[in-house]
Amino acid sequence: MSADINVKGLKKNAFRVSKHRGETASRVRIPGGLINAKSMARITEIAEKYGNGSIFITNRQGVEIPGISLEDVDAVNRELQLCIDEAEINQEERDKGFPASGTRNVVACPGSRLCPFGCYDTTAFAQKMENQIFPNNRHFKIAFTGCSNDCAKVRMDDFGIIGMTDPQYDADRCIGCQQCVDYCKIRSVGALKMVGGKVVRDENLCIGCGVCVAYCPTRAWTRSKEHYFRVVLLGRTGKKNPRLAEDFMKWADEETILKLVKNAYAYVEEYIDPNAYETKEHVGYIVDRTGFDEFYKWIMKDVEPNEKCEINNRLYWGGKHYDVSNNLKQTGFNDIR
Amino acid sequence: MGYILEKESFNEVLKKLGEKYRLYAPVRKIGEGRFTDVDVVRYDFVNCLEDMELEAKSDYSFKELLTPLSQTLFFFTEGETKEADMDTSDVIIFLRACDLHSVKRLDDIYLNNKFADPFYEKIRAHVQFALIGCSHSFENCFCVDMESNIAPEQYLFSLDVSGDLVKSAVRSEEIEKLFQSVSAKQEEVIPAHVTENPVRVEIPDEIPNTVYQSKLWEEYSARCIDCGRCNMVCPTCTCFTMQDTFYTENGKVGERRRVAASCMINGYTRVAGGGEYRRTNGERMRFKVLHKISDHRKRFGYNMCVGCGRCDDVCPEYIKFSNIINKVNRAVKEEGVR
Repeated sequence: MSADINVKGLKKNAFRVSKHRGETASRVRIPGGLINAKSMARITEIAEKYGNGSIFITNRQGVEIPGISLEDVDAVNRELQLCIDEAEINQEERDKGFPASGTRNVVACPGSRLCPFGCYDTTAFAQKMENQIFPNNRHFKIAFTGCSNDCAKVRMDDFGIIGMTDPQYDADRCIGCQQCVDYCKIRSVGALKMVGGKVVRDENLCIGCGVCVAYCPTRAWTRSKEHYFRVVLLGRTGKKNPRLAEDFMKWADEETILKLVKNAYAYVEEYIDPNAYETKEHVGYIVDRTGFDEFYKWIMKDVEPNEKCEINNRLYWGGKHYDVSNNLKQTGFNDIR
Repeated sequence: MGYILEKESFNEVLKKLGEKYRLYAPVRKIGEGRFTDVDVVRYDFVNCLEDMELEAKSDYSFKELLTPLSQTLFFFTEGETKEADMDTSDVIIFLRACDLHSVKRLDDIYLNNKFADPFYEKIRAHVQFALIGCSHSFENCFCVDMESNIAPEQYLFSLDVSGDLVKSAVRSEEIEKLFQSVSAKQEEVIPAHVTENPVRVEIPDEIPNTVYQSKLWEEYSARCIDCGRCNMVCPTCTCFTMQDTFYTENGKVGERRRVAASCMINGYTRVAGGGEYRRTNGERMRFKVLHKISDHRKRFGYNMCVGCGRCDDVCPEYIKFSNIINKVNRAVKEEGVR
């Protein structure tokens, strides 16, 4: 006997409809990818009691518990309350599970809590962002990464936040060992050079990765007290036009970023295609329609960027346009044949 | 004579001392460590107890005050030179027993080593010391086996904080008057010191040159990244190199500096023509270790290393200097180095 289920409602409640009839998977939100052991144990319990005993780790740092019978959705939601409480996820009604799924899990690399190169507490920023934007049915992908290594692959997201530090140089503590110069070249962009036994930094070339600070043996290089961020916009995967995000801001501060993401939701409300399939349209495709200038106007509303912040107000993206051509530029295949 | 006094009264003493001396002590520099939101403890100017970091071992030693990391010796232009001005304020440095032992090393190397180094001599003449007691052994300390756990008697006064009280053993009449002026209670005070460390080392009396050929150094060619942090934090490393630099705006004017050097960092033994005496990090490690526990002893009669363990604290590759000492000991005693 088949259940009578509101599938659209089920999806918004963060359940994936399985290809196996009568089955669903619970999508557990883990902002910043950090979950406590207690919640993880609960997920395990749910998987064993209601699922098929397996847990899928998603690309966006959430988990999915597959093999749940549609009849058990309410029970699973009740069990999930612990995970929702522990992660302090905004909820409209207790014991009813996750209130939305459109705005995707906010991703973060381990950041400065663990990683020697992390320029800020990615987890904390991700959780703060989650708190500001969730629940929301609009399709947003936001990711935080600690440094320019971009381990969190934030350039595949709508909003990618990359940590930066403004390296401070104390020439009196510099012994001219050149390790910063060498490591900047090997591990980063080569923004440093020796002049007269001391180090000169090309401020424009410097990406604020902090490699110089990490390798300085004397603390001649230290990190700036302020944490700064590079903001990259509207990267995406997908069938039409996958592309990497482009640089929008550098040396931005936290407040600026929180505001412009909030503004972006208002922009989407205004311009989303009313006939969008399942009311879901990626921000990037809306911007393709309205033009970047309009998007810029909306997201910068009431934003007063910090003094150091540099902004690119005209962005162009590349990527493959499958909706125009699926040809490989050069196959070389005919030559071989 | 010893004194017990409230922190507030001790700060009064410091305030009065501050009128005559610059006071330097370990200071916690918020967020200035290697990693994000990590502090570093290093020496800086202080006014009061609250400015000092007395709970932790300082990451960098006091030595940068006596042997600056980068010091301009003189300026030159065309036919003339001018010696750089030097701050000759009287200074009191707050340091722990191991570091006070290392002062002897610095003095012997710079003052009692055939001729006196005039730049060191000038700074050193204005420096006196106050002792920070050690109520417990810190991570990686091995001062007891290096016989540097009990301070030599060359400090003006000591400092042990417990709760709201400060205990001081005072060894200078001038300073004693200051303690009496704040009505500090007289009591016998022995500066706190450790009598055992979790880390133990054993140094053989004789280290034959054949230990150079031991296989034990090879491991460090693979593990060590020649970053030289061990040398920079060491209170007894004294090596420097020279920089003659001409200003870019006017190539006829410039300065001569000396900057700290590290026997672990690439280029230390490089000579004209590109020759290099110690190319591998294992060879460099061998040089450093034997210098600390053998070569210095051959010249001055005592070991250079004071067992503060800072090199082990700072090493990004988790190389333990104390463990290398014990490996040398085993190589010499058990394996019988040829």
